[in-house]
Amino acid sequence: MRDRIPTPSPPAPSRRRVLRGGLALGASGAAALTATGCGSTLAQGFTGGAPSPSRLNFWNPFTGGDGERMLAMQDAYRASHRSVDLKSATFLWGNPYYTKLTLATLGDRPPQAAVIHLSKLPTLAEAGLLTALHPEDLARHGLTEDKFDARPWRKSQFNGKPHAVPLDTHPFVLYFRTDIAEKAGLLDNKGQLADVDGPDAFIDVLRAAKEVTGAWGGSIASVKDASMQFRIFWSLYRQIGGGDLVADQGKRVVIDTAAAAEALAYIRRLSEEKVIPANTDGKGAITLLTTGKAGFLMDGVWQALAVQSAKVKFDMRPLPRIFKDAPYACAADSHALVLPKAPSAKAQRLDLSLGFAASMLHSSKLWAEGGHVPAWLPTQRSRAYEELEPQSHYATAADGAVYDPAAWYGGAGGTMQTVVGDVVTTVFTGDASPTAGAARLRRELRTLASRPAPV
Amino acid sequence: MLLPFALFYLVFLVGPLIYTVIAGFFDTSLLRSGLGDFAGLSNYKAVLGDAEFWRTLGNTLWFTVLTTVPLVVLSLVLALLADRFVRGRWFFRFAFFAPFVLPSAVVSLLFMFIYADQLGLAQEAVKWFGVDTPPSWLGDPDWAMLSIAAATVWWTVGFNFVLYLAGLQDVPREVHEAAAIDGAGPWQRIRHVVVPMLGRTTTLVTVLQVIASLKVFDQIYMMTSGGPDGSTRPSLQLIYDTGFVEGRVGYASTVSLLLFVVILFVSLVWFALVRRAEKEN
Repeated sequence: MRDRIPTPSPPAPSRRRVLRGGLALGASGAAALTATGCGSTLAQGFTGGAPSPSRLNFWNPFTGGDGERMLAMQDAYRASHRSVDLKSATFLWGNPYYTKLTLATLGDRPPQAAVIHLSKLPTLAEAGLLTALHPEDLARHGLTEDKFDARPWRKSQFNGKPHAVPLDTHPFVLYFRTDIAEKAGLLDNKGQLADVDGPDAFIDVLRAAKEVTGAWGGSIASVKDASMQFRIFWSLYRQIGGGDLVADQGKRVVIDTAAAAEALAYIRRLSEEKVIPANTDGKGAITLLTTGKAGFLMDGVWQALAVQSAKVKFDMRPLPRIFKDAPYACAADSHALVLPKAPSAKAQRLDLSLGFAASMLHSSKLWAEGGHVPAWLPTQRSRAYEELEPQSHYATAADGAVYDPAAWYGGAGGTMQTVVGDVVTTVFTGDASPTAGAARLRRELRTLASRPAPV
Repeated sequence: MLLPFALFYLVFLVGPLIYTVIAGFFDTSLLRSGLGDFAGLSNYKAVLGDAEFWRTLGNTLWFTVLTTVPLVVLSLVLALLADRFVRGRWFFRFAFFAPFVLPSAVVSLLFMFIYADQLGLAQEAVKWFGVDTPPSWLGDPDWAMLSIAAATVWWTVGFNFVLYLAGLQDVPREVHEAAAIDGAGPWQRIRHVVVPMLGRTTTLVTVLQVIASLKVFDQIYMMTSGGPDGSTRPSLQLIYDTGFVEGRVGYASTVSLLLFVVILFVSLVWFALVRRAEKEN
């Protein structure tokens, strides 16, 4: 390369001009935002003003199959409410969702309606993030107490006032392969599982299935799934009559370590007697059932479609009554619609939001197909739902639904599920004894309870 | 040019840092606006007395050791090997660097498939070598951290590799030739000529690697979310969990600040050691 004459570059804009240009751009942008009113979400984000009157912002954490049905339910709403501009935002479920919901509400930019888990309601309501609902407002939209399943309705109350409109109950249930159960001689003449109740009976049933499958009797997620381990523990612990784990919104530990040790000992029995594998993750547990390597699966109802898509013969029923010391219990949670507290009544859109909630409930049948037991009694008691199989077969489980203990560190995906579930896993895999596990549970819960509450 | 940079620096680095320092002295909550009640040093006392803080710090340091050593040694070896090729050198450079461009989510997903129980490649592979009951790579507390470290090494070795390659370009041909004429074999040339001349690169690579490893979060969060039984939970996840899951921002701020001090301390000690070694030479 010899002396090349450099081509003159275009005169560089001076710093001042760039800055001035940037400012002008920003100013015109702001002007445009004000000019269009507060129509766009972007504008609302900057100014904190209320969105246009026809706008309804709705947040939900549903992806996958639930997400699809939620979209269909929204379409049904749009078809009957053409004047409303429904903008729905879907987030990945779990803690990031609750963090966003909390921060948006604290920052005065909440959606008008949102979905939460009822196990999270005590904390969110105590923090003052939810609008209390008045019975007369609810009644205006046909949402009266007598139309809701009792348990989720009761759980929607905070300080004696409704703070949420329950959509469903999703309990921890038992899936079983009807073909395997039949071969093992476990079905009665109506095709129902005969003797599954009782500690020994359930293990006998699993063992019979194991003989048919040649691999395992049943399956449950234990690897990387502390929540599922929490659910089986919580169900058994409640059936034994252990009562609550914590009281006073999580400030006091009231765990019954004897009952906890008994529940843990039974969970250990399942892996020790080799009827359930102790090294399966969530997907693996389902695969064992659908590939016929296990006859039973203990999982949440929300997996109904995942199992159904494998096109194998299966049925579902409530979790067996292993212990008879207390009323029937199975771990469960509920989805519910809430109205996050808006900075003004204008931004709250009470009637628009409640109308939307009512419309969601009217689509309960669609929602129930995904496995959730509808909280809306007109649907739950309808012929159409009864004919929905296997979804209607475990609807009674909702009567025994026990929610996670009310504590600021509890609830869906919360610290308590992780902490308790981790301990249960160590017992299930045989790394710790049931009594040591129960003692550790109390210790860990006390550590959690001793922390200053953020609400 | 300075003004926009200073503005961003203030808004996105200095500002949050100051807020973190202040929030550490308050019972700041995510669920309430404002700083909350003044807590004095109680957060610091609680954090230093919290067994979970020390355990996560231990996990973080363990991960740092598990990744830094192979990431420095392996990248040097790979760079030396790749440098020897005359034809097709671009391919080896590309092949070793390629994993580094993958996002952490992709790497995590990939290795979750590989490490999967019953169906995964890693379990299948050890079965070929006669292990009948392979461990649950991500589900066994004894193996989870090792598995994640192995995935991390595969993923990030390319970055150090490139730094070493650049360092190798700076070793003059004449030195190689002089050593060869003096009768040094290839291995002796590497050991006594090339590696010492890469000293500065090694310092840089090690410091960058230690800092990167101490800040581990993504792949652990996605692959095990700190489990099983908290055996892989790094300090950053403790900060995330207490701050965003439990909403205890004040406490989380204190932990972040202490982690910041630890990283600063480790880096300074390392630099001091290297500086002294350089002076002695």
